[in-house]
Amino acid sequence: MSANLLAIFYLVSGVLFILALRGLSSPETSRRGNFYGIIGMAIAIGVTILSIGNFSTGFVFLLVFLLIGGSIGAFIAFKIPMTAMPELVAGFHSLVGLAAVFVAISAFLNPEVFNLGFPGNIKIASLIEMSLGAAIGAITFTGSVIAFLKLRGLMSGSPITFLGQHFINLALGVILIGLVIYLCNTQKEYLFWSLIAISFLVGVLLIIPIGGADMPVVISMLNSYSGWAAAGIGFTLENSALIITGALVGSSGAILSYIMCKGMNRSFFNVILGGWGATEDSSKSVSKEQKPVKNGNADDAAFLMKNASSVIIVPGYGMAVAQAQHALREMVDSLKKNGVKVSYAIHPVAGRMPGHMNVLLAEANVPYDEVFELEDINNDFANCDVAYVIGANDVTNPVAKTDPQSPIYGMPILDVEKSKSVLFVKRSLSPGYAGIDNDLFYRENTLMLFADAKKMTEEITKSL
Amino acid sequence: MEIDPFIFRLSIFILAIFVGYYVVWSVTPSLHTPLMSVTNAISSVIIVGAIVAALAGDNNKIFDTSNIFGFLAIILAAVNIFGGFLVTHRMLAMYKKKRKDK
Repeated sequence: MSANLLAIFYLVSGVLFILALRGLSSPETSRRGNFYGIIGMAIAIGVTILSIGNFSTGFVFLLVFLLIGGSIGAFIAFKIPMTAMPELVAGFHSLVGLAAVFVAISAFLNPEVFNLGFPGNIKIASLIEMSLGAAIGAITFTGSVIAFLKLRGLMSGSPITFLGQHFINLALGVILIGLVIYLCNTQKEYLFWSLIAISFLVGVLLIIPIGGADMPVVISMLNSYSGWAAAGIGFTLENSALIITGALVGSSGAILSYIMCKGMNRSFFNVILGGWGATEDSSKSVSKEQKPVKNGNADDAAFLMKNASSVIIVPGYGMAVAQAQHALREMVDSLKKNGVKVSYAIHPVAGRMPGHMNVLLAEANVPYDEVFELEDINNDFANCDVAYVIGANDVTNPVAKTDPQSPIYGMPILDVEKSKSVLFVKRSLSPGYAGIDNDLFYRENTLMLFADAKKMTEEITKSL
Repeated sequence: MEIDPFIFRLSIFILAIFVGYYVVWSVTPSLHTPLMSVTNAISSVIIVGAIVAALAGDNNKIFDTSNIFGFLAIILAAVNIFGGFLVTHRMLAMYKKKRKDK
């Protein structure tokens, strides 16, 4: 197959990938979009194999490895529970990152096959491109591994900070740039390996200071990085499918990070430099003590909701932890039988990744046209009888609107306090991730339901 | 004076960033998780580089160091491609509209 024809096929798969993302603008078109993506991938892989035209031993190995990887992937995809989606995505990011590193290494060791020159005499531009791809890929890999460990709970979700952290990161960054320059001048192999090793270290150092609730930003950021790494390799391999995909994924991740940061009213750098949760809770938790709260049980909650005409449900990370989405749907079903109008309100940063709550509700068969984003539903709280807050906390805290001193001041919140009564399902009065007390707990119209989210919801369903 | 092919690739790159920017802003927020998993899957198109790296060179010594890295990258990318597309499909299949009879 001629190189030109090959390039045209790669262009076709690039376009199909664009259509795959385009399909996600609505749930109806999304399935077709995913199908376009699969075709694009099949074309890219197929023409690459045909272009090499080598159907000997190597080809058999290729198929075997493809099948091994494919079955592992398919197995994971079918087995994974929806609540584990954030860590799955983080894990997948790490694989893209590592694959980019490996491809960069083979290109460096055997540049002839990619027309990049000869070992010890690789074209400078290609060297820069593959260094970038390898470095970003390596950062994506270790960063995602740390994110995975934190999300999976194998590592503490609290930020790990130490003295001089930012200085060390800066110094390592400078060293990386120096290494690339030196590598271009001398073409020494050990420089390339040190570049990768230091990038691995940078990935770890970048993510450990970031706390659990900032994970939506981190995952989006790593998503973006994996795209830029792919693009870097795409430049090296002169492959337009990779360049287009890398750019798409890179900007997609960047936009998601932006949306997540806006949802928390924090700048990107503020999140990345981290350490927010760790510093705040010590000073704040002392000031508020011994305020009366109204404590309720499942029967009270059932009574309130049964007699309401409209209920808004506000799910948060706690719902995911308790796996309460199915129980919640059952509760809503019985409410609907009683003629209550129910809708769901989702804060942009609820959960541990963008759209986390939506997927869980979809899994529990909640129709997506009952689920609303913050700006679409926020005005409805004023006319609603009961707000049922399940596993959310900081995103409902009115202090974000009233107290300029508060660390979450200015963060857009769901105006839960405007509804006639608020039901708060929570295990204790402990503050949320931001380490600040929630005023709502102590209000006249708030009823606290101290229990596991799933158990409480099930009990309410029984009493309905 | 001839234009370096690099400039053409750079043009594709920059334009694709803009395409990505507008396309992703039009993605509905409720599908942000599938967006992440599908971008994950498509970025594994890096497998084309891995295939070239794995199959390149002398037939008699397929397990050259650079080939081995190519094969390893194939496995990683294959996990991602199959896993990413399938899990996206699984998620998207769950998004349903309200049934009419309700």
